[in-house]
Amino acid sequence: MTVKSNTASTVWARVGDKIFSRLTLFFSVLMAAILIALLIALGIDAWPAIQKFGLSFITSIEWDPVNEVFGALPAIYGTLLSSLIGLIIAVPISLGSAIFLSELAPDWMRRPCSFLIEMLAAIPSVIIGLWGLYVMVPFIRNPIEIWLGSNLGFLPLFSGPPFGVGFLSAGIILAIMVIPIITAISREAIVAVPVTQREAMLALGATRWEMITRAVLPYCRSGLMGGVILGLGRALGETMAVTMVIGNGYVLSPSLFSPGATIASKVASEFNEASGDLYIGSLIELALVLFAITLLVNIIARLLVWRTVSVRGTGE
Amino acid sequence: MNELSGYFRRKQFSRLMLVLCGIATAVVILVLIFILGYTLVNGISYLSLDFITQPSKPVGEVGGGMRDDIYGTFILVGLASIIALPVGLMAGIFLAEFAGPKAASAIRFAADILAGVPSIIVGVFAYAILVRPMHTYSALSAGVALAIIMIPVVARTAEESLRLVPNSQREAALALGISRWRITLGVIVPGAVTGIVTGIMLAVARIAGETAPLIFTALGSAFGVQGLAEPIGALPLQIYRYALSPYSDWQQQAWAAAFLLIILVLGINISVRLVSSRRQK
Repeated sequence: MTVKSNTASTVWARVGDKIFSRLTLFFSVLMAAILIALLIALGIDAWPAIQKFGLSFITSIEWDPVNEVFGALPAIYGTLLSSLIGLIIAVPISLGSAIFLSELAPDWMRRPCSFLIEMLAAIPSVIIGLWGLYVMVPFIRNPIEIWLGSNLGFLPLFSGPPFGVGFLSAGIILAIMVIPIITAISREAIVAVPVTQREAMLALGATRWEMITRAVLPYCRSGLMGGVILGLGRALGETMAVTMVIGNGYVLSPSLFSPGATIASKVASEFNEASGDLYIGSLIELALVLFAITLLVNIIARLLVWRTVSVRGTGE
Repeated sequence: MNELSGYFRRKQFSRLMLVLCGIATAVVILVLIFILGYTLVNGISYLSLDFITQPSKPVGEVGGGMRDDIYGTFILVGLASIIALPVGLMAGIFLAEFAGPKAASAIRFAADILAGVPSIIVGVFAYAILVRPMHTYSALSAGVALAIIMIPVVARTAEESLRLVPNSQREAALALGISRWRITLGVIVPGAVTGIVTGIMLAVARIAGETAPLIFTALGSAFGVQGLAEPIGALPLQIYRYALSPYSDWQQQAWAAAFLLIILVLGINISVRLVSSRRQK
C-alpha cells in the first residue's frame, strides 16, 4: 500500500515539477516577448508615416502639423546634443566621485556618500524637472548665459539671446540624472581592480594620481566605458525633466542657448494634442527611432559591463 | 636636483587632482541637497490637511487638493504590481532555478534591455495596444505601462536574491524526496524573501514617480477615480501639469505634490536600505 502511494506521489511530483518549470519558462519568454511586441506595435502604428515620408523623415527639418509634413532631424539633433552636453559634464564629475569613493575616502565616509548619490538617482525625474525649471533655469540664464554671451558670444555655441530654457539647461539636467549611474558603475569597476596593480605602480615610484590614471583606470576601462554608455542610454531616453527645461523649440541651431526639443520631449509634449493617423504615426515613428538608438546603445553597454564582470569573476 | 623637483611637481599635481576628486563628490551631494531642500521648503509652505483630503478645483479657483491624484497613484502602483509581480517573480525563479546557461543569458539579456527601454516608449506602446483599440485613456493602460517597467527590475532582483540561497538547502530538501516546485516555493523563495521584497519595493518606488508613460495612458482626471477603463489622475502627472501652468497657485501645488512624492519615494528607498543593511550585519 505504502509503496503504491509513494509511486503515485512521485508521478504527481514529476508532473508538478514539469508544470511549474514550464510556467516559469512561459513567464520568462513573455518578458522577452514584450520587447518584440514593442517593436511590432510601434511599427504598425508608425506605418502611415513610414510609408508617406520614407527616409526623408530622418533628414527633414520640418514639423508642420497643419500641412502634415513631418521630419525628425531637429529632434534627433536635440537628443544627441543634449546627451552630449550631459556626458561632457557628467563623465569627469562621475569619474572623480568614483575615484574619491573607492580610493581616497576614509572608511566612515564611503557608505554615506554612496548612499546619498544613490538617493539622487531615486528622485523622480518630474521633480528634478520642477526644480530645474524654477530654480536652475533662472540661474543658468543669469548669470551663466549672460556672462558666456558677453564674453564668448563670438562663438556660435554661445550666440543668441539667453532664454534660460534650452539645450544647455537640458544638458545640465541630464548630467545630474546620469551622474549617479556612471558613478556607481565606475566605482564598482575600480573596486574590482586587484590591489597588486596598485602596489606595483606605487613600487615604481608613481604618485597616487599616476597610480590611478596609469594602473587602475586602464585596467578597468571597459567597465568605465560600459558605465558611460549606460549613462548615455539613460540620457537619450530621459523625458520629463528634459521636456520641462528644453523650451520646446524645433530648430537646428548650433547655439547652446537655443530652445530645442529631444525625441522624447517632442513625443511627451505633443502626443495628447495630435490628431490624425499621420500626425500620431509620425510621433510614434519618432519613438521608434529613439527605441532603435537606445537599443543599440544599451546592447553595447551591456556587453562592455558584462565583460568586466566576467573578467572579475575569473580573477577571483 | 632637477629630478627631485620634478618629483615634487608630480606630487603637487597628484595632490591637486585628488582634491578635485573630493570636490566632484561634494558637488554631487550638494546638488542632491539643493533639490531636496528647495522641494521641502517650497512644498511644506503649501502643505495642509486639505491638500491631502480635498479634490482639485477647476481652473481659476484657488485652493483644492490632490486627494484623487494621491489615490490614483496608489491604484496605478497596485495595478502595475498585480500584473508585474507574477511575471517578474516567475521569470526570476526560472533564471535562478531552472534555466540552462544559454537560456539564462538570453533571458537575462532581454530583461536588461527591457529595463533600458525609455519609459516614454513604454507609454507609447501601452497607447498603441490599449488606448487606441479601446478608444479611451484608461487606468488599465497606465497600469500595464508601469508593469512593463517593473517586470525586468523584479525579475533581476528576484534572480539575484534566489542565487544567494545556499545550494546545501536545495540538496537537503531534495534528499528528503520533496519535488522541485515545492522546494522552490517552500524553501528557496522563503529563504530569499528579504531580497525579493527589497527588489519589489525599489521597483514600486521607481514606478510611483514615473510620469512619462502616464501622459497618454492615464491622462489625468478632473472627476476623481472612476474605474479601470476610465482616465485617472496621478501625483507625478499632476506635478507636471501644474508646474507648466501659468497659475502661481498651481505652481505652489506642484511643489507641495513634489514634496509628498519625494517623501513617498525616498521613504521607501531609505527604509528598504536600512532593513537590508541591518540584515547584512
